[in-house]
Amino acid sequence: MRYAAEVALWLLALGSYWLFPDYLGLLAQVWIAALFAVSLDLLVGYAGVVTLGHAAFFGLGAYVAGILAVQGWGEPFSGLLLAGLAAALLGLLTAPLVLRGGELAGLMVTLGLALMLYEAANKAAFLTGGADGLQGVEIWPLFGRFRFDLYGRIAFLYALGVLFLCFMALRFLVATPFGLALRGIRGNALRMAAIGTPVRRRLMAAYAVSAGVAGLAGALLAQTAQFVSLDVLAFHRSAEGLLMLLIGGLGALYGAVLGAAAFTVAHHLLAEMTPQFWEFWIGAALVMLVMLGRGGMLGLLRRLGR
Amino acid sequence: MSRPTRRGLLAGGTALLAAPGLARAQAEPLKIGLILPMTGPFASTGRQIDAATRAWLRTNGEVQAGRRLEILLRDDGGVQPDTTRRLAQELVVRDKVKVLAGFGLTPLALATAPIATEAKLPMVVMAAATAIIPQRSPYILRTSFTLPQVTAPIAEWAARNGIRSAATLVTDFAPGHDAEGVFKARFAAAGGRMALELRSPLRNPDYAPFLQRVKDAKPDALFIFCPSGEGAAIMKQFQERGLKEAGIKLIGTGDVMDDDILNSFGPDALGTITSHHYSAAHDSPENAAFTAAFRAVAPNMRPNFMAVGGWDGMTLIAESLKAANDTDGDKLLAAMKGRSWLSPRGPVTIAAETRDITQDVYIRRVESREGQLWNLEFDRIAQVAA
Repeated sequence: MRYAAEVALWLLALGSYWLFPDYLGLLAQVWIAALFAVSLDLLVGYAGVVTLGHAAFFGLGAYVAGILAVQGWGEPFSGLLLAGLAAALLGLLTAPLVLRGGELAGLMVTLGLALMLYEAANKAAFLTGGADGLQGVEIWPLFGRFRFDLYGRIAFLYALGVLFLCFMALRFLVATPFGLALRGIRGNALRMAAIGTPVRRRLMAAYAVSAGVAGLAGALLAQTAQFVSLDVLAFHRSAEGLLMLLIGGLGALYGAVLGAAAFTVAHHLLAEMTPQFWEFWIGAALVMLVMLGRGGMLGLLRRLGR
Repeated sequence: MSRPTRRGLLAGGTALLAAPGLARAQAEPLKIGLILPMTGPFASTGRQIDAATRAWLRTNGEVQAGRRLEILLRDDGGVQPDTTRRLAQELVVRDKVKVLAGFGLTPLALATAPIATEAKLPMVVMAAATAIIPQRSPYILRTSFTLPQVTAPIAEWAARNGIRSAATLVTDFAPGHDAEGVFKARFAAAGGRMALELRSPLRNPDYAPFLQRVKDAKPDALFIFCPSGEGAAIMKQFQERGLKEAGIKLIGTGDVMDDDILNSFGPDALGTITSHHYSAAHDSPENAAFTAAFRAVAPNMRPNFMAVGGWDGMTLIAESLKAANDTDGDKLLAAMKGRSWLSPRGPVTIAAETRDITQDVYIRRVESREGQLWNLEFDRIAQVAA
């Protein structure tokens, strides 16, 4: 039953390629947002580390992939991989700072790091293009054959493919003893330490993995949009990631995907209908979901299914 | 989603009744994808251009060369280039527009350039003013202005009129760098001395500390450039910090003394000298017709240089459609290159080679007339190339 639902969901995702051929650009953004939300879920939902600065990794990934392409290396897969590695490395380096203080202090550190990276990218205009954005990003055809086209067909398939692979990897990861340890740490870090789990090391690993996946999402955006602006590092991206998690359901990877899809599509539809007030309706929907009970959309679905 | 066929038929039918001579009145409408910042910090740009395009259609009629001009307006919020790009992509792929237009700020236009190239559709930049924009795609044309085009005249004017040292304060993005570079080069070449060069951030700027530094440096004049709409904040700080009393003259490009908000500056703005390609006070029958048409659509606004860019963008599209008699992107583009017409701002030409606009630039002083503030033109540099 559960597997059937999962398979159906992925088939639906793939099927949207034929169902909504005019919206492939938007759908590619949905997959990218979903990948970002999934990475955030590993950190917030599983490991219990709250962050307001996840856009730092998303943005770093985007800039690494973008700058590589501008400098003449536009091969998508290696660019994607390098961007992910760079973001994971930044995650590994900054994890000790974030995990050092208490919860609130750590939260502020994540925010501070993201702001620093934003300003750095703004100032390093010779490399990043500053406030004008990074221009001249040219991505080579996928597998040397499939060019990123105007209709967004290749962008759609590429983004969905990467999302699927990352999702399955994370799904496997959270089921391993490592994933169980993370959940235990979220429940009670002291007790986990008492039974011999190296809490700090586990959290650092989770932070780095989550950062790396966020970097992959950022690289996907840079490669499919063939443009990078400072916006990828902006605070609202971090905040929107958390919103997606809340909407979809925290601590369940499918919740992140559902939330990202719901948020991105709702944003698009509402912004087309009422450009000035779309944030109001997102806010209203959020309050409604919280009132209806915990677990977001996924929680709602589970209760309905019962 | 609109239903182009039914509305197209209706419009076509109306046109047939109104003008029986138009045999091709039922031809497919020409869809124009207009992407503007209608919300966010640069919403005034979007409102001006949107009103100008509507005024144009009301004055000249929706049916041109037997085709109805249908404008699809999209809001990009002004600060997210990937949104502008996605909207352009959707307009091309889903709505099948034949012309892309609008583009409030440089990054938004630059992000969209590859879409125009790939779709082979003319992209009419009605606002963004960085010099490099048309070089980013062979399909980009511009009906606004470029920063160097309007900056050079004020630098040379300042040097000729007793200003020996100057400071610059520009917004830290490509148009700002353009303005700073051109002012510096032209002012120095004319014998002036640069006292200070400052750049303020694009988002959430606080001008007070910058203006304090200018006051301390005591130049003869402060040259400023900022996006349309930011001028009010600078003017206010300029007065509050007492720079005027310190004998520092405020000069700049016309963006700062934006007609749309000029009246809100109050008497403090009197005497500020700027150079620009358009003032609502420009004395010509074309401008009188334009301002009247604009007021009929937006009674509470005064048209500014953004509006004239939108109006001329519509003229360019319609005239090229008449000349090409086809909606094919390449044919429209060919008809647009080299086109000249009499704009509300004076005679203009889209240079065939650069696809940029050649126009007169005016030196203006803020003066009070009938209880309102206006940029009154007192000097003219004819046909400045972009």
